[in-house]
Amino acid sequence: MLQVAAKKQRAAFTLDAHFELPTPGVVALFGRSGSGKTTLVNVIAGLLDADAGRVALDDALLLDSADGIDVPPERRRIGYVFQDSRLFPHMKVAANLRYGQKRATAAAFVNLDLVADLLDLGPLMNRRTHELSGGERQRVAIGRALLSQPALLLLDEPLAALDSSRREEVLPYLESLRDQLAIPMVYVSHNFDEVLRMATHLVLMESGQTVAQGNLGDMSLHPLIRAIIGADAVGAIVDGTVLGTNAASGLTRVQVGQGELNVHYDAATPGMKLRVQLLARDLIVATQPPQQLSVRNSLKGVVKSVADDVDDSHLIAIDIGGTLIMARVTRAATRELGLAAGLPVWALVKTASLRPHPI
Amino acid sequence: MMWLSASESEALALSLSVASRSVLLSLPFAIALAWVLTRRQFLGRTLLDAFVHLPLVLPPVVVGYLLLLLFGARGPIGGWLGRALGVELVFTRNGAALATAVMSFPLMVRAMRISLENVDRGLEDAARTLGAGAFDRFASITLPLMLPGVLAGAITAFSAALGEFGAVITFVSNIPGETRTLPLALYTALQTPGGDAEAARLAIISCVLGLSGLLLSEWFARRVSRMLGR
Repeated sequence: MLQVAAKKQRAAFTLDAHFELPTPGVVALFGRSGSGKTTLVNVIAGLLDADAGRVALDDALLLDSADGIDVPPERRRIGYVFQDSRLFPHMKVAANLRYGQKRATAAAFVNLDLVADLLDLGPLMNRRTHELSGGERQRVAIGRALLSQPALLLLDEPLAALDSSRREEVLPYLESLRDQLAIPMVYVSHNFDEVLRMATHLVLMESGQTVAQGNLGDMSLHPLIRAIIGADAVGAIVDGTVLGTNAASGLTRVQVGQGELNVHYDAATPGMKLRVQLLARDLIVATQPPQQLSVRNSLKGVVKSVADDVDDSHLIAIDIGGTLIMARVTRAATRELGLAAGLPVWALVKTASLRPHPI
Repeated sequence: MMWLSASESEALALSLSVASRSVLLSLPFAIALAWVLTRRQFLGRTLLDAFVHLPLVLPPVVVGYLLLLLFGARGPIGGWLGRALGVELVFTRNGAALATAVMSFPLMVRAMRISLENVDRGLEDAARTLGAGAFDRFASITLPLMLPGVLAGAITAFSAALGEFGAVITFVSNIPGETRTLPLALYTALQTPGGDAEAARLAIISCVLGLSGLLLSEWFARRVSRMLGR
């Protein structure tokens, strides 16, 4: 368990944040620029002094201002991947990677070969850091942080300096890192797509405050996310279990709630977890079991609530068996179908609009 | 060297020896002071800064005189050095090195400060999260990154030390083979009837040395920035 609480008063900004993360797990700190995400991460790392705070990771108490405990950053065992990578320009890639490794005091859980393998760093070893592309720089920075054998990894907008294709080049490495090393991570981002792919937990920040937190699925419908990413990107994030692959259609069947989704996913094996985002704008609501439609997916559920949304539309919350999803429909449709809390409905979504991610 | 007289090559060798000692003596202090003045906020920092720069604005004779007061055989520091360590400064080449070190110290500190100010402190933070303590960070990150300034400072100070006149002649006098460095030898030659040719040769040597210093400094700066990928 990672427990964080921090207060810091600055001239025009007050940080007042606290969150908890079961370990191992990936918590995303999500919020607008200037909401205090980096400040909070710097307090966790020990690079910034809080007025009052407490940071505890499993059995280790790293900061407790009430008890006068403040372990210096160099002894916190917290790896930090900075937005601007901060590779040492006077060392080659290999020396950068070994910098933290040589100074690590804890028992090694990763070695250079493993990290080079995970992040595909082999061909870069003898390069100078200024010869690297942005994506390569971040991969080296991640490897360097890992080799210091950290108990916690902080990633402060690690992909923000990269364009979208470079970002796509680094994200899979981060995903495999999360899946293969059970190291807790705090992932700062203002890009919701990264959050969607990386995080198990979400902490929402605004104006220096931690506004809400919880696991990603529960948090996915929070109004603040919608305020930040826009109404168009609103949608439930659901994690499902692969049931199998339909030999005839080639589609992978995934159980979500009490229902089933068919998705395109090549490397699916029964039992593995897949995450999909069901965008509210992509969902269709029916009050009868659908027939004679091309739509492959229909999830049976019960309307939980009907709320006003943008452009004369309603957001319909539907419980599909312990899991909540959202559909955006016009107010005219709500009236005609008589959508109201308690009504049994079917939520329809095209397979083509689902992009599953492994988790 | 064939075309130099014995006394001329003696002056050249002595100058190089004095300047080397001077740079080696002041280097650690200059690095420490540059760091303190750049990185630390404390009461009296401006005063310390001004004090370091004093030799730039004082007449060198005044510096020589103050050195005599402090480091002379009966001065508070000089007396102690003589009794405790057996180190004589007045009328010796070590004294000449001290005088040139004091005079060139501000140049050295200046070059290092500029270079240290350009060191990205984020890199030191990164080193910190990777487990490096304060001295470790300085030795492995800060010092190598400020190396261009350290080298430039050392070379400038070396060149300036070769040319220092007033403070040297005041503090350690003009003794052939011990404290008569190039500028002092040149001055002496000018005072001697028929010394014109010797003075000209000494002047040429001084010019060549100065120019080499500047070129060397430039070469180092380029080499290091290429190494750092700038």
